[in-house]
Amino acid sequence: MNILVCISKTPETTAPIDFTPDGKELKTEGMNYILNPYDEWYALVRALELKEQNGGAVHVIHVGPAANDIIIRKALAIGADEAYRVDCDPKDAWMVASEVGAFAKEHAYDIIFTGKETLDYAGALVPGMIAELLGVPFISFANHLEYENGKIICQREIEGGYEEVEAPMPLVVSAAKGLAEQRIPNMRGIMMAKRKPLNVIEPQCVSPKQTLTGYEKPPQRTGVKLIDPENMDELVRLLHEEAKVI
Amino acid sequence: MILVVIEHADKTVKKVSLEALTLAKDIAGKLGTGVAALSIGAIDGAGQLGKYGADTCFVVEHENLSSFDSTNYTSAITQVAKAKDASIVILSHTSTGKSLAGRLAVQTDAGVLTGVNQFAGLEGEQLVLKKPVFAGKGIATYQLRATKAVFTLMGNAVQPKELGSECPVESFAVEVATPQTKVLKIDRVKGKVPLPEAEIVVSAGRGMKGPENWGIIEELADELGATTACSRPVADMDWRPHNEHVGQTGIAISPNLYIAAGISGAIQHLAGVNSSKNIVVINKDPEAPFFKAADYGVVGDLFEVVPRLTEAIRKYKSSH
Ligand SMILES: Cc1cc2nc3c(=O)[nH]c(=O)nc-3n(C[C@H](O)[C@H](O)[C@H](O)COP(=O)(O)OP(=O)(O)OC[C@H]3O[C@@H](n4cnc5c(N)ncnc54)[C@H](O)[C@@H]3O)c2cc1C
Ligand SMILES: Nc1ncnc2c1ncn2[C@@H]1O[C@H](COP(=O)(O)O)[C@@H](O)[C@H]1O
Repeated sequence: MNILVCISKTPETTAPIDFTPDGKELKTEGMNYILNPYDEWYALVRALELKEQNGGAVHVIHVGPAANDIIIRKALAIGADEAYRVDCDPKDAWMVASEVGAFAKEHAYDIIFTGKETLDYAGALVPGMIAELLGVPFISFANHLEYENGKIICQREIEGGYEEVEAPMPLVVSAAKGLAEQRIPNMRGIMMAKRKPLNVIEPQCVSPKQTLTGYEKPPQRTGVKLIDPENMDELVRLLHEEAKVI
Repeated sequence: MILVVIEHADKTVKKVSLEALTLAKDIAGKLGTGVAALSIGAIDGAGQLGKYGADTCFVVEHENLSSFDSTNYTSAITQVAKAKDASIVILSHTSTGKSLAGRLAVQTDAGVLTGVNQFAGLEGEQLVLKKPVFAGKGIATYQLRATKAVFTLMGNAVQPKELGSECPVESFAVEVATPQTKVLKIDRVKGKVPLPEAEIVVSAGRGMKGPENWGIIEELADELGATTACSRPVADMDWRPHNEHVGQTGIAISPNLYIAAGISGAIQHLAGVNSSKNIVVINKDPEAPFFKAADYGVVGDLFEVVPRLTEAIRKYKSSH
């Protein structure tokens, strides 16, 4: 079974977020980035488990500049066999999906995994776009996946519940929490990662489908109003009269 | 024309779709165009959508659309959009909408954005749209061509407005092949509004001590008609189901009211809930970081405060 896992980077979850005074750019100085948790904890690990059970190879692909090689090395340390980096700085999901789509057309992958979304911009767009470019099924928000008799059986998250779906391969799957258990890279993995191939490929460079024009900070809360724990009638009154929510 | 894809459960139109229609009407007014609703599958009271802004409601019914398949749903929406010359397609920011937006944008060669919570006007031919980014730590402004755009709208971002009168309902014939995916089973929690759509959410964390204590949270939620949620460790320990986990790595929500009991307010938790319109925090530790992000705070033991709050609401409801 040949599997491609799309990996992205995102600011570390506790990183303070701030913008330049003109609101045009994110301040990235001193920002720590991590491998997007959905890609790392769930997509990559489930891909490795499927390979361990059925043979084959797990490749990872990242669309981004050389500065991001560190997150690619982490994916290799966790156990991916080979990595590809498309050398460009994507502006949106479409630029990412076009690169991955063009690459995947040249290779026969049975499953293409992505995370359900990146934590920073929460687009959840890349996987559907790749599926559309390749003309294959797309199972989103998978939190359980089995390979049975040449087919994929998935459980996916839907509004207020779950759905069990059967799909043929090849297909694109976006990974949600529960699909696998996080693996911590060990010393041997980290050493081996240094010798694994990290191939750099030239980009297609399509134009983006969205334009980000600026940022602002969310409105601050004006401060907490403390209510006597003995007097919940007062809280109810405020929720009714002031907040107007009940 | 602006096309709004209607979401429904048990033939009942969901509130998120009424919100999307209300927004579509607003945008259409500025663009001088009309609004159409599209329902895949039969719904009750399709004509009622006219009251929220639809000029027409198209209903598509086909055996190959009887369960969700992203390829077929995308194809059906594209067929309607092309035939009716839709310039903008609005979906809801639900698992269905999110599963379609990317495919649909590629198929219709449209600009695309997910998780929109504000329409900030037009700039020439461009729609100006805002969405929370970095898990609510920022808001980003985007521009999409108003002549070709697809976006998903977050729940509770717009107040649905009943303005007009009923609209005509037309069935629309599409061609779709046998789906490649097969839905084997659907497991839906009965009777509760799904978290991303809920107007009121009652949430609890590790301060609850154990899953056996959740009765008081459920009683409060029942009294408010709220949906329940939890912090991540609570889901990780299997005290509560995973689909209740909110936060940066869980579901991001923006209800009108979020009540958090026994949750410390770690940055990753706040990330998923701080776009809630009103936040009430109940915690016995006055130093809990959540109080800084709250509108109303109660410093006290949740095992006493929560039942007292439930009682106060019950009393309020019976006197109104
Ligand atoms: C990469 C990453 C992603 C994460 N994503 C998420 C996420 O999406 N969502 C999330 O929630 N967390 C997330 N976390 C975890 C987060 O950092 C916190 O550990 C977690 O939110 C803490 O949960 P809690 O508030 O329930 O528990 P605790 O931090 O243990 O807080 C319990 C609180 O209950 C209070 N309490 C105890 N007893 C009582 C009582 N009797 N009455 C009143 N109050 C009481 C205590 O004062 C305390 O404030 C993430 C962490 C990481 C590293
Ligand atoms: N630059 C990138 N390179 C490779 N894969 C990516 C990139 N950006 C996003 N992805 C993949 O697409 C998923 C969804 O991303 P998004 O649509 O941006 O929320 C991520 O979880 C990754 O698996």
